[in-house]
Amino acid sequence: MSQIKPLHMAEPAIPDIAVSVMDVSKNYGSVEALKNLSLEFPRGELTSLLGPSGCGKTTLLKIIAGLLPATAGKIEVNGVAVEGPGDDRAFVFQDFALLPWATVLRNVAFGLELRGVAKAEREDRANTYIKNVGLEGFEQSYPHELSGGMRQRVGLARALSVDSQVLLLDEPFSAVDEQNRRKFQEDMLELVATEQKTFIFVTHSIEEAVYVSDQIAILLPRPSRVSEVIRPTGFRHKDVANIRRDTEYLDIVDRIWSSLRNYVE
Amino acid sequence: MQRSLIIKLSSAVFVFGAWEIAGRIPVSYAFPTFIDSMAALARMSLDGSLLAAYGETLQPLVVGLIISAFAGIGMGLAIGLNAKSEWLFSPIFIVMQAAPLAALIPILVMAYGIGLTSKVAVVCIMAMPVIVLNTSSAVRNTPVSMKEMATSFLATKRDVLLKIVIPAASPVIFSGLRLGVSAGFIGAILAELKITPTGVGDIITYSRSIADYASMYAAIFSIIVLAVVFLNLLEKLENILFAGNNRGYVSD
Amino acid sequence: MYLFGRRLPNMSSLIFWGLLWEVVGRLGISFFIPPLSEIFITLFEIIGTPAVLKALGETSYAFLMGVFYAIFIGIPVGILMGQNRLIDELLLPWVNIFLSAPLTALVPVLMVLFGFGMTSIIITTTLFAIWIIILNSRAGVKQINRSLVEMARSFGASPFDAFFKIYFWAALPEIIGGVRIGLIRAVKGVIIGQLLISVVGFGALFELYSSNFLMAHFWAVLVLLFALAFTLAECLGWLEKRVSYYASSR
Repeated sequence: MSQIKPLHMAEPAIPDIAVSVMDVSKNYGSVEALKNLSLEFPRGELTSLLGPSGCGKTTLLKIIAGLLPATAGKIEVNGVAVEGPGDDRAFVFQDFALLPWATVLRNVAFGLELRGVAKAEREDRANTYIKNVGLEGFEQSYPHELSGGMRQRVGLARALSVDSQVLLLDEPFSAVDEQNRRKFQEDMLELVATEQKTFIFVTHSIEEAVYVSDQIAILLPRPSRVSEVIRPTGFRHKDVANIRRDTEYLDIVDRIWSSLRNYVE
Repeated sequence: MQRSLIIKLSSAVFVFGAWEIAGRIPVSYAFPTFIDSMAALARMSLDGSLLAAYGETLQPLVVGLIISAFAGIGMGLAIGLNAKSEWLFSPIFIVMQAAPLAALIPILVMAYGIGLTSKVAVVCIMAMPVIVLNTSSAVRNTPVSMKEMATSFLATKRDVLLKIVIPAASPVIFSGLRLGVSAGFIGAILAELKITPTGVGDIITYSRSIADYASMYAAIFSIIVLAVVFLNLLEKLENILFAGNNRGYVSD
Repeated sequence: MYLFGRRLPNMSSLIFWGLLWEVVGRLGISFFIPPLSEIFITLFEIIGTPAVLKALGETSYAFLMGVFYAIFIGIPVGILMGQNRLIDELLLPWVNIFLSAPLTALVPVLMVLFGFGMTSIIITTTLFAIWIIILNSRAGVKQINRSLVEMARSFGASPFDAFFKIYFWAALPEIIGGVRIGLIRAVKGVIIGQLLISVVGFGALFELYSSNFLMAHFWAVLVLLFALAFTLAECLGWLEKRVSYYASSR
């Protein structure tokens, strides 16, 4: 179980923790959405939060982001307690949350704009990331002129451009068509390898979670808790094209499905 | 494109033709033909009387609309952003929206006389509620994820208001203004017909009293055309200004 | 709005405004604002009088007749426009024109054509209400889910069945929405008509009270009118919610 990534092979078995969730509970009135949930997110890796709908995975993500307050418990990012949104985390939204009245360039630079970065510098940085996500030539387009997949690339570029240590992705590809989703998943693997960031990734797709994750946390609902943490080892270093044929990949997908199937209405 | 133009034209020819025929029968002694009415319209436009009349009619309308726009948007923002002012003020405008405010005209006349003030007040009470209610609901319905997005990227409250809430609300605020203008026209004409006949209202009232129905119809025709054309231009402007503003969300 | 941790009911600030009105009235700041209590006392005094009952009766009659025509002409025309492209293209420009036109300007025409009386008021009311009803019925038919219609056809529904079992019900939420807005507009229309043709209903009453400077009487009638209009609007809103429960989930 020590082998996480080829890069980390020589490192100690217990990875460095970027984000830790300690005994977090969240109540909405009398409804317990999360109960005493604890989880650790290793630095430089992608961790998926996977579970049936209503298991509170988005709630947990928004608590980590500082968008929702936890009822009890503590979140630490790099050892510092979370008390609200911070520049160490950036969020990618399920519905993209682009400004419809702003160009792609301004949308990507918007995070920097809010941080008070001067116009020339933030547009320079935005342009780099627009290029990185493959949207070169669309800088002056408006969101309604883009396809769903392209819109999410804008959302991704916006989150990357603020250069936060932790990237929080809330079902980022669920509103994107299947082919684009596959391309995104491959791009995610590349991002994790190149960007030296910690990714926390909420998804309801078992295949997607197993495909992109270094670590998969299975959440079960009512009240939400971590039932299992799975760390795929055998296929992380393989070529992206071969992962879906790997026996370990298929076994894990099967195993997760058999533990989740009872929770599907 | 061609087809729709042809249909629009034939529809116009049909309606105005029916007007002409009905005037020729005539269906009523007070129903002039279309051609007579248009002739009267041309005459009044050429001798300048129509222009002078609009100078008078538009005065309370413009003043009233400017006041309503500023006060209405300000009040709408206050209601939409602040729970206390919502509790305090929104019931007034909800009642105003449902109530036949024209009934206040006699009181306004008693309080402010028959001059410009009363007419401006009539335009204001007609135009303001829709502006206030549109603004407040637009502000309240800012997409949550956009606000969350800004917050997650460390926006201050002021940033959220100026960079998210107001731009997101502006299409609905603008269409509230357009509806306010529409209601303002109703108020301005009502004021001229009910309070004192001035401007276009004077032409209507006077030509009715001397049974010059062609001039009366011409004046009414002109004010309706003016209002409709102006409102259509506003709508066009709205579409240009806010193109794509309501799209670009995941739901489309 | 919360006070001492308790949620204040939505319209409760009207009580505050009423109290403020009472104070302003008591202080005698303006002749035009008598104390609210006096207005209510006057209202209870005059509400049973023949003059007020007659005004109420005439206004309700004009309103109901006007609304009747608006609904029974408006809905079929709207549905027809939604189904037939040619009719739609012929009528839509006119509906849009009259929807935004200042209809008050047409009242003098109605007065010379139909006389100084009930007929003109009824037509004014209809004119205020009908356009939005037409437009909403049209929109209701236009937005009907294609697959719903195709489903009916695939099960062999006749055009008659398709109309009454699919079109009407699928368009109902929009139609009801249009009728609600139309009715609120009709209230304004009936009052504007009565103000300009001030020999019947509340128009005559306003004339009488304002020329005699009976402020409390005038306000009493206004309060009654506004309360009725508001109640109507709220009831219609409630009704629309009940009937349109499936509009959001289709």
